[in-house]
Amino acid sequence: MSSPLKDPDQRIVFFQQWFSDTIPHSKALGLKIIAVRRGFGSMQLDWREELVGNPETGVLAGGPLTALMDSCCGMSVATMLSEPKPFATLDLRIDYVRPATPGKAVIAEAECYRVTHSVAFTRAFAHHGDPKDPIAAAAGTFMLGTKGEVTRPQTIGAEVKP
Amino acid sequence: MSTLPNPLMARLAEVRKSGDVAKLAEAIPYARWMRIAPENGTGELLTRMRYHEDLIGNTFLPAIHGGTLGAMLEMAAIFHLLWETETETVPKIVNITVDYLRSARPVDVIACAKVTKQGRRMVNVYAEAWQDDRAKPVATANAHFLIKSDDAPPSL
Repeated sequence: MSSPLKDPDQRIVFFQQWFSDTIPHSKALGLKIIAVRRGFGSMQLDWREELVGNPETGVLAGGPLTALMDSCCGMSVATMLSEPKPFATLDLRIDYVRPATPGKAVIAEAECYRVTHSVAFTRAFAHHGDPKDPIAAAAGTFMLGTKGEVTRPQTIGAEVKP
Repeated sequence: MSTLPNPLMARLAEVRKSGDVAKLAEAIPYARWMRIAPENGTGELLTRMRYHEDLIGNTFLPAIHGGTLGAMLEMAAIFHLLWETETETVPKIVNITVDYLRSARPVDVIACAKVTKQGRRMVNVYAEAWQDDRAKPVATANAHFLIKSDDAPPSL
């Protein structure tokens, strides 16, 4: 029997449960996992009236994008871990390069490009479907081996093959 | 486009008369949804994010989601700029860097902000968030905002 995590669709189902449906804030935002493989994760945030920052224009607030980027970068870290360990965001920078278009879903794509003993390094972009036309860019670092119970998604890195 | 004043700037004018700063948040759908609002009971403008279950990011510790801390620090900076400076437009965020210092427990988070440098078009703002003990911040942030409407890129 091969691991179900080798199948891209089942991987999405698995990460959807553990990186969105069981995390109250991610669930409240309605984050949808749309792709996941080793070193990479992609999530979607649908436009909703409650997430608007400027009621005059209907443009999303910065906050939902921050939460989306943090979650997506974190998920990319989880795909890289070969042994179970909890981790936490150390810092996160977001550049808001243009306003999100009202009514359109935002897609985040995060890459975890380096993992050391204590720190994982990630980069991410958010866009409306064309990665060449970004809405926001992010750089996040994560501290590995922080306190707290190990959660299931943080144990499966070794099982996720490209 | 519309010649009506921005709802938030219209609200600001009302709040300047009444002094009820919490009403600023009512003009921002996201702030209402997140239960983030400014308060100035102590004479200092602070921003509070009221704890509710939807803020949780780690159910095991439990801890508040880091994204919500970044979001409330950004809102704290915006409320500070609206209330404490002469800005005539809604500040537009250019970028923000959030440092996570401690895990945030499931209770209210409070933040203050200050302007580090005010330029003609750009301001640099520092914000700090804590829970019970102000000397032990859970997160800090530095952010840039454009405060002139004509060359506005970003989000809010």
